[in-house]
Amino acid sequence: MRTNGPLALIFHTIFVVFMLAPIVVVCLVAFTPEGYLSLPTTSFSLRWFRTIANYPEFVHAFWVSLGLGALSSFVALLFAVPAALAIARHRFRGRDALAALFLSPLMIPHVVLGIAFLRFFTTIGMGGSFAGLLVAHVVVVFPFALRLTLAAATGMDRSVEMAAVSLGAGGWTLFRRVTLPLILPGVISGWALAFIQSFDDLTMTVFLAAPGTETLPVRMFLYIQDNIDPLVTSVSASVIAITMTALILLDRFYGLDRVLAGKSDSGR
Amino acid sequence: MSAAVDTAAANAVPTADTRDARAAWVLIAPALMLFVGVLVIPLAMTVMLSFHDWGQYKGIAPVFILKNWHEIATDPYYAEMFWRTFRIALLTTLITAVFGAPEAYILNRMSGRWKSFFLLVILGPLLISVVARTLGWALLFGGNNGLVNKLLMSLGLIGKPLPFMFTETGMVVALAHVMMPFMVLSVWAALQRVDPQIENAALSLGASSLTIIRRIVLPQIMPGVLSGAIIVFSLSASAFATPAIIGGRRLKVAATLAYDEFLNTLNWPLGAAVAVLLLVALVLIVVGSNALIERRYAEVFR
Repeated sequence: MRTNGPLALIFHTIFVVFMLAPIVVVCLVAFTPEGYLSLPTTSFSLRWFRTIANYPEFVHAFWVSLGLGALSSFVALLFAVPAALAIARHRFRGRDALAALFLSPLMIPHVVLGIAFLRFFTTIGMGGSFAGLLVAHVVVVFPFALRLTLAAATGMDRSVEMAAVSLGAGGWTLFRRVTLPLILPGVISGWALAFIQSFDDLTMTVFLAAPGTETLPVRMFLYIQDNIDPLVTSVSASVIAITMTALILLDRFYGLDRVLAGKSDSGR
Repeated sequence: MSAAVDTAAANAVPTADTRDARAAWVLIAPALMLFVGVLVIPLAMTVMLSFHDWGQYKGIAPVFILKNWHEIATDPYYAEMFWRTFRIALLTTLITAVFGAPEAYILNRMSGRWKSFFLLVILGPLLISVVARTLGWALLFGGNNGLVNKLLMSLGLIGKPLPFMFTETGMVVALAHVMMPFMVLSVWAALQRVDPQIENAALSLGASSLTIIRRIVLPQIMPGVLSGAIIVFSLSASAFATPAIIGGRRLKVAATLAYDEFLNTLNWPLGAAVAVLLLVALVLIVVGSNALIERRYAEVFR
């Protein structure tokens, strides 16, 4: 295969700078010792990271995001694993239509989903509640959980299961001792990708969150709408650091390209 | 759903097929109920809502009128706003295609370790909060002394600072950054199906680099570029965070306008109509272009 020429490498460098510039700038400004937005020139300071502690709404929003992401991804898997096993192994009428329905949250703009859930939960008296937010997140992250589980279930070697059946295993034992361990890598990656989606979602959540159930992206967004100061950069830098850690772990254990391949096809 | 279960139950001796179908439906039922209950019904309610009446003092009146749809169809404000939304989405799509496709090609030609490193660098931002990424652009644009303007001026590309904040230009640049990984990923996936030996064959037959790219590479990655374009277009047209932060309160796109109607003006029926129209327009565009692409590239997909 031919290699890249100098022109290609210059293009590549500019491209990478473009992709990294906004992220690097946020992280640098977060370390400014000044009281206003500026790039730290002489010294780095952690003062704006310490300031976060004085804003309990950011800390609270972080815990809401973390809890919401972990819980909604888990609940989504409770629904997605059986559905994935059915779609992967059974041929039945309406199978394709069902798969399309289950992946549809990827196609529907999140602003439309936010409005639909807001209308729905307000009508049934669950407006602004954590439970409503949780259900909405379960639906939105479901396609990610389903897709990676489906990939694992489709590629699975059935002969081990048949061996277990021939030895008398069945039902729950078969699932818990044989099937689940075999699809576990897919299930865990599905959980991780679903968690990141839930943790990052702004567009839908901004419609549903009330004071007390605001997630971190929502709190950051509402703060930025009023003013941009170094505090929001230090919060962003912390979020970036957390995501990067998760990303590197995901890449080590599963391969980022495989995870992202599940993300790309239909968008969001 | 119940039909399949009923037929299976009615048979005294279920055949393997019906037993199989029944097992599948039992596994699927919880997810199906979840989706009907909290996705299909809320969406139907939103469509209904767009036909309801609204007044400053009476709130939402559950009647069936075309007032909101009439307002959107006749008031040029909405036509201009939708036109801006799709113009921004189209420009973003073009930019990601023009820069993302060559980058995917360059990435694909790198050796193992560099390839996975830069893939992580370029695709990683996909998973980083959109708010944080857009904040980065707001910092880079930042008024007349923003870093972007300083860089462009020191390179002699522009004479005086360009306004980026609160402009469509700024929105397109920031959106292109947010959407770029989707394009690179899509073209990258198409490149994985390309046999590198074809390029070598063309080279051995005396084709120039330009000819190889134009006649060999481009036709083979075009399906990837087009499917990436559909993803980028639909996500850009419905983007919220980036237009809201970079565009400010005045430069509205469909998503930010719907947000305003819902949480500031409180005219929910009108907001619902804007959202439903956005959804319908996007579905038509995506389904239409998918059909066109599949017809055009029927041989490639076969």
